[in-house]
Amino acid sequence: MSRLTMPLDERRDHVRGDPDAPVELLEYGDYECPYCGLAHPIVQELERRIGHLFRFAFRNFPLAQIHPHARNAAYAAEAAGMQGRFWEMHDTLFDNQQNLGDRDLLAYAQALGLDIRQFIADMGSPEVAQKVRDDFMSGVRSGVNGTPTFFINGERHDGSYQLEALAVAIGRAAQSRVKEPAA
Amino acid sequence: MNDNHYAWQRTKPSAQDREFGLAKDGSSNPEQDANGAAPRQRKEPLAVGTQAPDFHLKDTPDQRVSLSDFAGRPVVLAFYPADFSPVCSNEMSLFNELIDEFRRYDAQMLGISVDNVWCHLAFAKDRNIQFPLLSDFHPKGEVSMAYNAYREDDGESERALYVIDPDGKIAWSHISPIGVNPGADGVLDALERLNQRTAAAA
Repeated sequence: MSRLTMPLDERRDHVRGDPDAPVELLEYGDYECPYCGLAHPIVQELERRIGHLFRFAFRNFPLAQIHPHARNAAYAAEAAGMQGRFWEMHDTLFDNQQNLGDRDLLAYAQALGLDIRQFIADMGSPEVAQKVRDDFMSGVRSGVNGTPTFFINGERHDGSYQLEALAVAIGRAAQSRVKEPAA
Repeated sequence: MNDNHYAWQRTKPSAQDREFGLAKDGSSNPEQDANGAAPRQRKEPLAVGTQAPDFHLKDTPDQRVSLSDFAGRPVVLAFYPADFSPVCSNEMSLFNELIDEFRRYDAQMLGISVDNVWCHLAFAKDRNIQFPLLSDFHPKGEVSMAYNAYREDDGESERALYVIDPDGKIAWSHISPIGVNPGADGVLDALERLNQRTAAAA
């Protein structure tokens, strides 16, 4: 069973949801990957239905050699994150997977009301490139072998990522967490 | 028929697929072959410490690559069943993203399958593959057999990974179920250990 080698860290990772929730759901994903695009509304539906059970985190895993826009899209999300708007950009990118060219990315930044000069500077900065690389390598070292790959409380989820399968896995993880502190 | 294998034929992916159709659905038995036959015994890779068999294989229509070309450097050898099949494409894509990382270890990445060089060329072009793909085409599967990585019943290579040390000895090996992309963590861990060994010896 593959385990997450770099634990979630709120200081570096993008995490949303209830900080006291018993489960951490982490996705390694690529904004240009059609399967990640498919998983995105599933995660959102889970947040609506059982959002009290988990926090959701996302790390970049751009397969840039086959997805020419994936790395820039990841940089755009991180650059938006530097202005506190990571998740809005994240949702926008997945909702517009067919349009991830540079002009599109700028238009999304504009629509979010970001400081465009700063956004462009951050997108091209070595810090953002390093962050995306660190995300990617942490995934490789944790046994991520394709996208999307989910980890539930640090353990790789090898089952389906359909709504029911993920909901059951999260529910199970929540139960085992509830029992743990008593031990 | 294991339809996961043919996920690429669908225009829309299903939530059971991942990029290039690697199924994550626990219901499919990755040990089962494409004909739905009973789980088969997987082969054991060549043992760590044994001398890696040399080879002399075409990577382009007019060039050949030998293991001995890379003496003094670590080599990562990835056997895979076929160009363009969904899981291996993903596996080769992952290794492709790691070329810079392998460079840090001065390691040479090589892919091997029984496809011929023209097929390799088309595949490499399509996926922008940055490392040589060797053709174990004639005599078919000879090198795969030497590495205990040939599936007689399918006539394809196993999904086998080898890390070979600078002295040409096998440092790490792994054979995955045919439907499972093994990932790259084992290879990177092995390269790191080799690096530490070299540093300690220096």
